[in-house]
Amino acid sequence: MSEEVPVLVLSGITKTFGNVIANNAVTLEVRRGEIVGLLGENGAGKTTLMNVLFGLYRADEGTILVEGKQIHVTSTADAISLGIGMVQQHSHAVERHTVLDNLLLGLPGSNGLLDKTSALQRLKEIGDAYGLRLDPARPVHTLAVGERQRLDIIRALFRRARVLILDEPTSVLTPQEVEGLFSALRALKADGVGIIFISHKLNEVRAITDRVVVMRRGEVVAGVDNDDTVTNLSLATMMCGHEPERVVRVPHQIGDPRLVARGIELDSHGSQSPLPINLTIHSGEILGIAGVSGNGQVALAEAIAGVKLPRHGSVSIDGVSIDNPSPAVMQKAGLAFIPEDRIGAGFVGPMALKDNMVLSRFSDAPFSRKGWINWKNILDFANMQIAEYDIRPPDPRMPVGLMSGGNQQKAIVARELAFEPRVLIIAQPTRGLDVSAIAFVHRSLMRLRDSGCAIMLISDDLDEIFQLSDRVAVMYENSVVWETPIETATVSTVGLAMNGSLPTQDAAA
Amino acid sequence: MRLVARTRKTSRVREAMLPVAAVLASLVICGLLILIAGANPISAFGIMVSAAFGGKFALTETLARSAPLILAGLAALVALRTRFWNIGGEGQILAGAMASAWIGALPNLPAPLLIPCMIVGAALAGAALAALPATLKLKLGVDEVVSTLMLNFIVMYVMMALLSGPWKDPLTGWTDSPDILPAAEFPTFWRGTRLHLGVLIAFGAVVVIGVMLSRTTFGLSMKIVGENPKAAKHAGLNVARVTLFAALVSGALAGLAGAGEVGGTQFQVIASISSGYGYAGIVVAMLARLSPAGVIPAALFLAALTTGADEMSRQTSVPFFIADAMQGISLIAVLVAMTLSRYEIKFDSFERASRS
Repeated sequence: MSEEVPVLVLSGITKTFGNVIANNAVTLEVRRGEIVGLLGENGAGKTTLMNVLFGLYRADEGTILVEGKQIHVTSTADAISLGIGMVQQHSHAVERHTVLDNLLLGLPGSNGLLDKTSALQRLKEIGDAYGLRLDPARPVHTLAVGERQRLDIIRALFRRARVLILDEPTSVLTPQEVEGLFSALRALKADGVGIIFISHKLNEVRAITDRVVVMRRGEVVAGVDNDDTVTNLSLATMMCGHEPERVVRVPHQIGDPRLVARGIELDSHGSQSPLPINLTIHSGEILGIAGVSGNGQVALAEAIAGVKLPRHGSVSIDGVSIDNPSPAVMQKAGLAFIPEDRIGAGFVGPMALKDNMVLSRFSDAPFSRKGWINWKNILDFANMQIAEYDIRPPDPRMPVGLMSGGNQQKAIVARELAFEPRVLIIAQPTRGLDVSAIAFVHRSLMRLRDSGCAIMLISDDLDEIFQLSDRVAVMYENSVVWETPIETATVSTVGLAMNGSLPTQDAAA
Repeated sequence: MRLVARTRKTSRVREAMLPVAAVLASLVICGLLILIAGANPISAFGIMVSAAFGGKFALTETLARSAPLILAGLAALVALRTRFWNIGGEGQILAGAMASAWIGALPNLPAPLLIPCMIVGAALAGAALAALPATLKLKLGVDEVVSTLMLNFIVMYVMMALLSGPWKDPLTGWTDSPDILPAAEFPTFWRGTRLHLGVLIAFGAVVVIGVMLSRTTFGLSMKIVGENPKAAKHAGLNVARVTLFAALVSGALAGLAGAGEVGGTQFQVIASISSGYGYAGIVVAMLARLSPAGVIPAALFLAALTTGADEMSRQTSVPFFIADAMQGISLIAVLVAMTLSRYEIKFDSFERASRS
């Protein structure tokens, strides 16, 4: 790296909200053809910084230089025209329009007309150069998650982005798709595009980036070249300021079958009608459910929890078959369900934390008697849980919707564990959480397992599945296509199964 | 200038001030309307205030007029809390009025039973009318905004048919129902005023509904279903049963308003027995910000508007319909205030003004 002008320089960016300093004199540099990993816990200021760069917030102080020239970004349109592209976790494309129409959207036309011919030409060039191919005629709603992300990247390149920001780009991809994304990123890098890669997944950050910048409490605390000395542990330590706790699975005595699901048939997904699902989870066992999101994990969880009954199938807990399953009946039978959509399905956002802590139990003693609510007992219970799980802010009257994702998850875990479930179904338990909150949730799950609970852990995060599960089942197109003890599974075999290709005995070995 | 979503709890004082601010804003706007109509707004409002609150007669008249508004407001409130959009209060009031007028004129019912039967009958009639759209919604997914609204017209025309058919006075030809029996007339509890049993029922209903919503598992279930039906389902609540229950309570409350008008004020069904109380009830509930205690001042405000506007139009050049305009303007002002309360106004020239 010589005297070359960096493609992007953020210098001395300060952004405050009231008396909260979200970014404090942050300086970040991206050179041509460099991939910079941006790491930090939730609330460290990564998103604020990127929103300043992308024109969603205006910085209080600091300057932004693109290829040496100072720019003033006042809107996302500015940012785009200045060569800054952003690929967010969830695509914001127009569902009913085709790929091509979405690409033309917002492009300056010639004399007010859209130039489809040259757009098609450019799409082909991008496909050839970076391996990013999409059929221009396909409507966006038919695209898979990975393809939508490809569309977002192509859209940024259409606008000649010199800097590409990717915010948690791999959370929706299979391991194989991640490889595809990485090879596209390498091709872009070779072409001189500067890339900012934001992720919680340290393995991926180490695999793809040239340099890693770590933020903590609004400041850049470290910037290191990604070489052999960088490890997951060293990165995590930089992120939280101390050595993080990593929960390690200790093999555990597995007991009798607790949850037995037989012949569960979910609605068909695509052309194939799904196979009936048979699952058994034993006392003291964690069954990990892996799969690309949208392959029936939610439907399976809701079927077992009685929220949305499957076409066929039966469930029994501790040998007692459940005749008319409903959420209330399943709860009575000892099942707890922590859905992926915490705020949408697990909580009532505008309601106080204390009321949410008894959402499914306020009709029972001691929270009410003969229809009369005992608010004092509810408040006492909430305060106890707040203290035990260190939920913040420690205000039982706080509307849950205003709490951070990590504290919402703590609260919902606290709530469900308080009633000592015999079976727990938990979906995406650590999505969007930072390192300390993840350790907390993992520790809670391990403790619950040790106490004999049968746990079904649904996660997109393969690391998490491998870290906690005793067995793993892989879902593809609403069927369980493969199930194996964790000792005989590898990331690559599970990844293959996630794509619907069954691992052979050789691959599994 | 732009709006930024508020991320902190709003204080209780702020919450309570919102409707007050909205009413003040609507007074200012209506003052302009009065000015356009050629009167002095200050003196016009002065006439309204003294007509609504000045003296025993004015005060008790305003209280009596607030009774159906309180009940209709509670009816709207209970339904809205559960997100059951009951726009059918008007029809439910008419159903209650017809039921109580019919029972109140039954000659062979024992006299002491007349009033209790009228009250229960009116509540049942209102509840039955609300049960229909609620069942359609829960079983078939029929939108209740449309079905409750349309039922208002059906019930109104059924009533008109009764008034100009079987109930028509054969001698005078007036389209009024037969008078209820003297024993069916609601007693007044203050001689010389119109403060009748129905007013007592309305204020009692505020207490009952207030306690139900804040102290019972029913009330909490209704709140959970209203705020987040998906979470309610996950929590094992029977969303359909809670919604149906709320609809029945809502209809019964509206039906009671009809009984009060028949038993305490008109002693028969006349074509204008409700004159829009059902719709005004929605305004009351919104002005009260869905709090049962807030229903009383909100209903008194609207009742004072009508009594006051009556007198004002007699003394000045301002037409009576200014009351309707004020009612509408105050509703819009409250809705705007409620929306604004969820946001902060941010002026970009003050970069560090507020937390976003």
